Amino acid sequence: MKRCKWMLIVAIFVLVIFPASVMAEPVVVNWWFAHGGRLGEKVQSIVANFNSMQNKYKVVATYKGNYHDTMTAGIAAFRSKNPPHILQVFEVGTATMMAAKGAIKPVYEVMAASGQPWSPDAYLSTVTGYYTTPDGKMLSLPFNSSTPVLYYNVDAFKKAGLDPNKPPKTWSEVADYARKLVKAGSPAGFSTAWISWIHVENFSAWHNVPIGTKSNGFGGLDTEFVINSPLHVKHIQQLADWQKEKIFIYGGRRNKGNAKFSAGEVAMYTESSAGYAGFKKTCKFEFRTSMLPYWSGEGGAPQNTIIGGASLWVMAGHSQKEYDGVATFFNYLSSPAVQADWHQFTGYLPITTDAYYLTKGQGVYEKKPGMETALKQMTLNKPTANSRGLRFGNFVQMRAIMYDTLEAIFVGKKTAKQGLDDAVVAGNKLLRKFEKANK
Amino acid sequence: MEKRVVFKNKILPYFLVAPQIIITLVFFIWPASMAIYQSALQEDPFGLSSTFVAFENFIYIFTDPIYINSIKVTMTFSFSVAAIAMSFALLFAVMADRAIRGATTYKTFIIWPYAIAPVVAAVLWYFLFNPTVGMLSFFLKSIGINWNFELNGRQAMILVIIAAAWREISYNFLFFLAGLQAIPKSFIEAAAIDGASPRKRFWTISFPLLSPTVFFLFVMNIVYAFFDTFGVIHSITEGGPNEATNIMVYKVYHDGFESLDLGGSAAQSVILMIVVILLTVIQFRFIERKVHY
Repeated sequence: MKRCKWMLIVAIFVLVIFPASVMAEPVVVNWWFAHGGRLGEKVQSIVANFNSMQNKYKVVATYKGNYHDTMTAGIAAFRSKNPPHILQVFEVGTATMMAAKGAIKPVYEVMAASGQPWSPDAYLSTVTGYYTTPDGKMLSLPFNSSTPVLYYNVDAFKKAGLDPNKPPKTWSEVADYARKLVKAGSPAGFSTAWISWIHVENFSAWHNVPIGTKSNGFGGLDTEFVINSPLHVKHIQQLADWQKEKIFIYGGRRNKGNAKFSAGEVAMYTESSAGYAGFKKTCKFEFRTSMLPYWSGEGGAPQNTIIGGASLWVMAGHSQKEYDGVATFFNYLSSPAVQADWHQFTGYLPITTDAYYLTKGQGVYEKKPGMETALKQMTLNKPTANSRGLRFGNFVQMRAIMYDTLEAIFVGKKTAKQGLDDAVVAGNKLLRKFEKANK
Repeated sequence: MEKRVVFKNKILPYFLVAPQIIITLVFFIWPASMAIYQSALQEDPFGLSSTFVAFENFIYIFTDPIYINSIKVTMTFSFSVAAIAMSFALLFAVMADRAIRGATTYKTFIIWPYAIAPVVAAVLWYFLFNPTVGMLSFFLKSIGINWNFELNGRQAMILVIIAAAWREISYNFLFFLAGLQAIPKSFIEAAAIDGASPRKRFWTISFPLLSPTVFFLFVMNIVYAFFDTFGVIHSITEGGPNEATNIMVYKVYHDGFESLDLGGSAAQSVILMIVVILLTVIQFRFIERKVHY
């Protein structure tokens, strides 16, 4: 009797466990991303939709902190032989990721090996150009690309007697508008986020002047910085001088200055097009976007602006089954519906032409005229060697040097010429270090 | 009767100290030796290619004006934090020592800041002094001070010193209070009878007897300002503006994790390790002899 009882228990055990282990567990794909707040919630909902649509693959998306933290976490994970499958890396980390040939698997290889249909031509070339080899092979998948635009406070404009349908086009106009706004009671004219990205890198592309030699680094590791050209010096010196009249005030590093715009301290603000989602939530006034101002008659302005944001890199060291999962997910991410939704919610650019036309067809751009600004600005002209993007090693350090330099210039410790000359010397040291380490 | 503890079992003592030795090996010796090893290498962030460069990283940082500036900033920062934290704490301790009514409430409130993590304290001070939305910034602007620590290096330094010292005041207060209460009341009374004023009594009797505590707290405050204030700098200024608050421990993080220059960062942490060893040696040789428990 006792023996029968035991055999019954064992039989039930086996019958329950055995089918469960035979039933396929979905293949897990780990994605480490860097979006917090509303953007992070959106990322998780995209992932949840993908997972609920099929049960072969399960994408697990983890927020790892800001862009720096996420990239560092990915590198540390690689060094401890346990990297995620997909890593979101910001655009300035591109050179580092590209040089790490044993650590990454290029996207074109992943897509080809999975055997799934995939066409690189479906993507907007201005967006993918940054992340592609000179012969057109895509190394990482663009996910969130933005470009800087000018945000302006419509209510403040009306109060100062300015026409909100005629935003300033040139920097001289910006100064005029700013003076009128300050007279009407605004504490200051304009401020900016990401000052190096907008007022040095994009400034150069927008005016069709180089940031560095060798096509901004695309052509070789022996590139050198040229951001101390007369035009750059003129612009930075002008910003420093404008501070005295409160036409311009420095907002701090990264996008710390966003509060200045949403609190009404400045009526105009240059920031990434992706700042849209945040401003929509925090601004209690009507605001619109327009194209980045330029100096008329200088260089080849307006040319086109370059992207910022991040792309998705695939890390090496995983199984083919898992890479198939990555490929399936990438196809899902690139589908018109998903891209159109992401674009409309965040203000990031749609990465495929289909997504752009879908959004246009839905009449979104008529209801929200500012949304198209970023895209129009980026595709205004065919990119030249100066406006395709940039590819400099150790560029994260260079950004830090630029913050220091600009802060020294704005506080009066150095003139724009001195500061930019010093920055070029320090930056070239970094480039030579990168060149040496990656011979 | 032997004073030393003697174990009959020859192996038992080794087992008893083993956990501590293992912890020291894993959490100190191993990372420290890795840091020394990495400081002699020049490698890419992924570790795929590394070249042995011996002392080149050290030469590079000592000829780097930013690193020299960082040493100066760290000195200014730590001595200021130590001075402010200790002087306020001493003042509060003297006052609390004399209070009779509500003494416990007073002491409880002074100790509270120590319970707050340095990063949280830093964020609180950041909000108070934020140029756009901070309450204290409104006050400063209303009395005519152009407060913008995002641009003005000196103001940034003042802000981080306040944020870092605020917490240390509580820690020092505890020690000073204990030190004051350990002074025999008979000395003070004798001096009072001889006609010494409270000020004279403090500076000629209490303060000299407090000197071991002062010395101990000085070293502890310097160590705190050197190392535990990473969170303060990271949340408020990130080493800016223009390197004004780039203390050495922050630079190690920035160079290692943000700029991914692992060799240079390791070299800097080796330098910091030498500083800690020196401070510990000083503390053990000069202080431990004078303090009696």
